[in-house]
Amino acid sequence: MSHAVQSSQRLSTDTEAPALEVRGLGKSFPIGGLFSRDSVRALQGVDLTIGRGEIVALVGESGSGKSTLARCVARLEKPSSGEILIDGVDVLKRDRFQASRAFRSHLQMVFQDPFGSLNPAHRVEHFLRRSLAIHRKGGSSETETQQRLEELMTTVGLQADMLNSYPHELSGGQRQRIAIARALAVEPRVILADEPTSMLDVSVRIGVLNLMRKLRDEQGISMLYITHDLASARYLADRTAVMFAGELVEEGESLDLLANPAHPYTQLLVSAVPDPARAGSYDPVRRAELRQAVMASMKCAFEGDPSQACSAEEPVRHLVGDPENRHWVRCHLYQPWAGAAGHALAGEPTQPNRPASNAQEEASA
Amino acid sequence: MTVSQVSFGSHEPVLDVQNLTVKYVGDTRSTTAVDRVSFSIGTGEVFGLAGESGCGKSTIANSIMRLLKDPAKIAGGSISFGGKDVLAMSPEELRRFRWQDVAMVFQSAMNSLNPVLTIGEQIVDVFTTHAGYSRKESLRRAGELLELVRIDPSRLKSYPHQLSGGMRQRAVIAMAVALKPSLLILDEPTTALDVVVQQEIMAQIKELQRELGFSVLFITHDMSLMVELSHRMAVMYGGRIVETAKAQDVYANPRHPYTQALMGAFPPLSGPRVPLTGLPDGVKFRNIPDLTEAAPGHHVAPVGADASAADTAILAGAAR
Repeated sequence: MSHAVQSSQRLSTDTEAPALEVRGLGKSFPIGGLFSRDSVRALQGVDLTIGRGEIVALVGESGSGKSTLARCVARLEKPSSGEILIDGVDVLKRDRFQASRAFRSHLQMVFQDPFGSLNPAHRVEHFLRRSLAIHRKGGSSETETQQRLEELMTTVGLQADMLNSYPHELSGGQRQRIAIARALAVEPRVILADEPTSMLDVSVRIGVLNLMRKLRDEQGISMLYITHDLASARYLADRTAVMFAGELVEEGESLDLLANPAHPYTQLLVSAVPDPARAGSYDPVRRAELRQAVMASMKCAFEGDPSQACSAEEPVRHLVGDPENRHWVRCHLYQPWAGAAGHALAGEPTQPNRPASNAQEEASA
Repeated sequence: MTVSQVSFGSHEPVLDVQNLTVKYVGDTRSTTAVDRVSFSIGTGEVFGLAGESGCGKSTIANSIMRLLKDPAKIAGGSISFGGKDVLAMSPEELRRFRWQDVAMVFQSAMNSLNPVLTIGEQIVDVFTTHAGYSRKESLRRAGELLELVRIDPSRLKSYPHQLSGGMRQRAVIAMAVALKPSLLILDEPTTALDVVVQQEIMAQIKELQRELGFSVLFITHDMSLMVELSHRMAVMYGGRIVETAKAQDVYANPRHPYTQALMGAFPPLSGPRVPLTGLPDGVKFRNIPDLTEAAPGHHVAPVGADASAADTAILAGAAR
């Protein structure tokens, strides 16, 4: 795999090691029963770097492998291949069988459903106190622990007296703030947030996003923000990476990437976002073409460019626009492996020989 | 409150809701979930109802379908559908009214399919029960119906778990329009789906609507989606409508501070990145007065001046 773009990136940014680096991560799940050797590849060759104090968004539709990536990185799943580097050390090699406490205190996760991630039998104080105790971050005396608890509550914008509440007494937004406070208790350097706002009411979503931004600004915590909401990715993240069928297809500065999406899949995603500012933007013909281009592209925008060689076998990364934006796109010629179509664009197969106007109509039949 | 409204299509409203009030009656205290809400939907019109959770949107939909159960009570107002009084219907009339006249797609409707029956059996059931067709005729029609939402008729033999979320949702929409209702109520039809599928479903609904000419009551909290799909829309807060106008007018010129806050809760996909505040905790409106016409066809509840008129009992922060 060529990483010409990535290596130039590293030179341009600070020399210190990134907060988290993922190299060639792959994950396959066995399917088909006890004696079957079949497996489904959920991730394939994912390279992703999160700098210190950087928020990276990972976008893609359901089933594209976003959550699997987060679960592999958080070591809730065992990756089939690849490396997860923290401070230049591969943690998969260092603690081979399960994540060490040191790793957990480096990296924490916030889950999608705050209604499911907090045990209803315990008070808020219990969750935070437990994190502090396990990771020995509570200080040496009870007073210090208490002080730390109150600090945590203030950080996430809640009243200290809520420590005595049970989860059912809190709203969704408050619960998600507790989940964030619990992650913060161990003073992590990286937080993986898997759709942290999608279960929340509209009125509190922005509040949670703003809180995440504040944590980054004030405490320098790096984040991987996983979402299918492109607008919120654009709002929160410095960089955005687009995942399709278990592989990254495009990555770049959020504003640049969403303004100039280069990969047809990214264009498909962007065109699907409702935006009254471009009313009547839905064009079935265009979308059928995009879908076709995602599944089996015949041409690449960079074909014939001597500095950027195309390849149908290797996922070559082409640099898009100004190198400042660190925007790359996977060569369009590269074919996703067979079977990827099955789940990634479920129920919407493309019609290879029919770019006509009703291709989209027929496509989903 | 009389609100003269510009409707699209014919001027004859399909659905006319006047001063609807719904209370949840408890032993010690009651809560007013919907408070004197009036709106009408014209033939072939898409009317949107926006607002956050708990503002009463779904309660209105359930009132129209007469699906409210204790402790919810319709405490006042009228709902008339094509000139008939919905609130006075007998159980037998209601049975015909539901599905044949008004059909509803519920929130996470894709999970409302029966997991032990095939899609075909469930659609056939609609035809045999409500339209009295023979089984064979019903099956034929069920196949046509799936084609209408671009699902292969061979899927009639599939069980719900064999279909993707988007396909299940489309199947549910197909079932809803099976009897060609004149009004389709969509209660957050795409909340559980991701953007690409959401776009497909909305395009599908638009197309069906053009083809079959039904009116739509579209309920969502996603303002952008609503503005794209609706002709006219209303914004609800704490059981009251605070603003109603053509969807494009609301988008271009939101007049009520709550509407502005709700619009501000969605980051835009273009333009510079500006910090948004969403809905600060302090924003609470009480005793929301009746709508007044701020511009032609644009009705807004006045803010500020009449906060002291304390005779109306809006519960504080009903929308929290």
